Amino acid sequence: MLAFIAQRLAKAVVVLLAIVVLNFMLIRMAPGDPAMVMAGEAGVSDKIFVEQLREKFGLDQPLPVQLYRYVKGIVTLDLGFSFRQQMPVARLIGERLPATLLLTGTAFVISLLFGVIFGTLAARFAGTWADTAITILALIFYATPLFWISLMAILLFSVTMEWLPSFGYETVGANYTGLAHVLDVGAHLILPATTIGLFFMATYARMTRASMLEVKRHDFVKTARAKGLRDAVIQRRHVLRNALLPVVTLAGLQAGTLVGGAVLTETVFAWPGIGRLMYEALLQRDYNLLLGVFVVCSAMVLAFNLITDLIYRSVDPRIEFAS
Amino acid sequence: MLKQVMLGLLLASALSTVALAEEPKAGGVINAVIQPEPPGLMMGLVQNGPTQMVSGNIYEGLLRYSPKLEPLPGLAESWNVSEDGKTYTFKLRKGVTWHDGKPFTSADVAFSIEFLKQTHPRARSNFAQVDKIETPDDSTVIFNLKQPFGPFLGVFEVGSLPMIPKHIYEGTDFKTNPANNTPVGTGPFMFKEWQKGSFIRLVKNPNYYIKGKPNLDEIYWHVIPDAAARAVAFETGKVDVLPGGSVENFDVPRLSKLKNVCVTGAGWEFFSPHSWLWLNNRQGPTANKKFRQAVMYAMDRNFAKDVIWNGLGKVATGPSGSSIKHYSGDVPKYDYDPAKAKALLKEAGYNGEKVRLLPLPYGETWQRWAEAVKQNLQDVGINVEMVSTDVAGWNQKTSEWDYDIAFTYVYQYGDPALGVSRTYVSSQIAKGNPFNNVEGYSNPEIDKLFAEGAVAFPDAARKPIYDKAQKILVDDVPVAWLLELQFPTVTRCNVKNLITTAIGVNDGFRDAWLDK
Repeated sequence: MLAFIAQRLAKAVVVLLAIVVLNFMLIRMAPGDPAMVMAGEAGVSDKIFVEQLREKFGLDQPLPVQLYRYVKGIVTLDLGFSFRQQMPVARLIGERLPATLLLTGTAFVISLLFGVIFGTLAARFAGTWADTAITILALIFYATPLFWISLMAILLFSVTMEWLPSFGYETVGANYTGLAHVLDVGAHLILPATTIGLFFMATYARMTRASMLEVKRHDFVKTARAKGLRDAVIQRRHVLRNALLPVVTLAGLQAGTLVGGAVLTETVFAWPGIGRLMYEALLQRDYNLLLGVFVVCSAMVLAFNLITDLIYRSVDPRIEFAS
Repeated sequence: MLKQVMLGLLLASALSTVALAEEPKAGGVINAVIQPEPPGLMMGLVQNGPTQMVSGNIYEGLLRYSPKLEPLPGLAESWNVSEDGKTYTFKLRKGVTWHDGKPFTSADVAFSIEFLKQTHPRARSNFAQVDKIETPDDSTVIFNLKQPFGPFLGVFEVGSLPMIPKHIYEGTDFKTNPANNTPVGTGPFMFKEWQKGSFIRLVKNPNYYIKGKPNLDEIYWHVIPDAAARAVAFETGKVDVLPGGSVENFDVPRLSKLKNVCVTGAGWEFFSPHSWLWLNNRQGPTANKKFRQAVMYAMDRNFAKDVIWNGLGKVATGPSGSSIKHYSGDVPKYDYDPAKAKALLKEAGYNGEKVRLLPLPYGETWQRWAEAVKQNLQDVGINVEMVSTDVAGWNQKTSEWDYDIAFTYVYQYGDPALGVSRTYVSSQIAKGNPFNNVEGYSNPEIDKLFAEGAVAFPDAARKPIYDKAQKILVDDVPVAWLLELQFPTVTRCNVKNLITTAIGVNDGFRDAWLDK
């Protein structure tokens, strides 16, 4: 198993470097550069101003030199300096990461927990009104764009009912501490986390239902029933466990996007996380910041792919690690 | 003998008399919106809009300007201009200190000019005519110009010439000075905290040189990236001030109907944002003057004003906005007349060649406007293709002249020599800049008139020169002028005295107070 992990990690490093080079080139192919964007925002510009900015950002160097400098930095774990935010990229990402992990982590737990529960219920009561209701709701949540759900949630719960805050991470200026702070952040978290969670919850529910219905038809389930096991035990121990593999795959994919997967939601809810940082960096052509976020996101995806493979093994002991 | 003496104190007292109509109340916190998040707050280094909006509270200029663009005292309490228009003497207020307690003196003024000439494109051109700066004592600054420069008295507001503390920056690398993260000014509010992605917090300067000011205790600037979310934040009472451009225009009528909500278009007189369509004068159908005139007749600009901008602003008559100096309305008129546009297109020999239209990617309002213009142009037979891009792409395409027609708007800074001439004189034709003569218009007569207008003295001598330039330009239509824009500032009505000068919320909340 250790050999398997070592081999996968070595491959991951190569993949990561390839991603860095590819992204580096792709970003620079987009029209405009950070100096032009900042000059544009100033409303007035002259040649000296733009040249000063380009020199400051190192954009006056030939592309291969810029790439060499960047990759050299990455190898020494230096993600560079954000042109726009005037801070080291690693520090910026570090500052925003907790907020994003809190948001996407909560969404992950909500979606996985409720998705599997609803999927199991739908499968257990397949063909009844409960199954139909769950399936229709899942389809709606799956098909509706996130930003629309976000805006409607704000309209309903913030504007009309005035139950929940509509933006931000906490109540600015309130200076809550202890439990009051936790509750305050929690109140701000509910809408964005639920919004993200709904989409994945729908996906998990649909997948769990389909997978369980398929497993139910297998002979070992009939055997379990013939043995006289209780239905709940059959569902939990024989059906659900065997039906979980595709759900684990999907969970692995979602976990991989935990860092960068909430661009729209973070923007709509003004959540100070990585997704918003990435969106703003893209618009502002903040090359180093954008690449830095990509590197961290890619590393997360690779890490969770590996973790998913390891979990496969524990869920299904028949799977063996090939080195 | 001094020909002109500006008695700023008189004007200030006149203004304060108006303000005294209601007695300001001390205390309170204002929550405002800032978008996009500024890249930095050190005004000497960063000149974009959000930076000025926040830092206009931290830094100050020598002068402020009334809505009619008359100079008012800022850090300078009085000033005078010599008879030949070449010497400007400023007397500074006494007892002014920086936020760190050090005194503000004339040496800081001289240092600020040198600082900004290195970092501030506008200051570079505004002070190009300055030959020498003298500081005979701590409270006197004398600018000796090479020749008279008509708009000179108009370049001292906080965005054009923020005062930079010499004792912090002298002898350092300005761009990497750690103080850039904790800006120190003389303004009514001091920098306290910046949680990136969330908010910027300013607190009252307890040692401010005007007794009793500022009235407020704190200002929170909230960073909310989505326009709809900003509107909701106001609607739910979480923010009190939406500066111009914070929300989409179509949200303004709805918000203005809420209880205790006031809307004003004031506070843009100095910037006087002027919108137009760049028309590429170099190639394609837009190189033909008759085609360009047809574009002017084809557009229903009143529709744009009334429907897209909710009635705010004015239809532009030409290159100058009506609130800036030496504006002339005595120019050829281009009322909405599709038949005339069609006739001109015929005369121009236009055969339906495709024309690329580049909208300004600043949100839904601009997108809708571009669609309305596209429809107007199509109605008279112009084959328009909309090319969409983001801000960086728009900058690239316009500054590299890769467009046929492109939306833009530009600040005019109160005077044609500061914000108008750059669009039309041939010396400003240079790639890599989206705010110069992007359309490629070249007319030696216009070059001569703008050159003369900038240095003519006294001020009255400038008027006929600019009148003539405006007439020629409006006939030539180097660009297709759209509207004089007004960005509505939406506030709770109990926020008083927020906008008192020609740069509105950009001049800081010095005089603002909360009626609790």
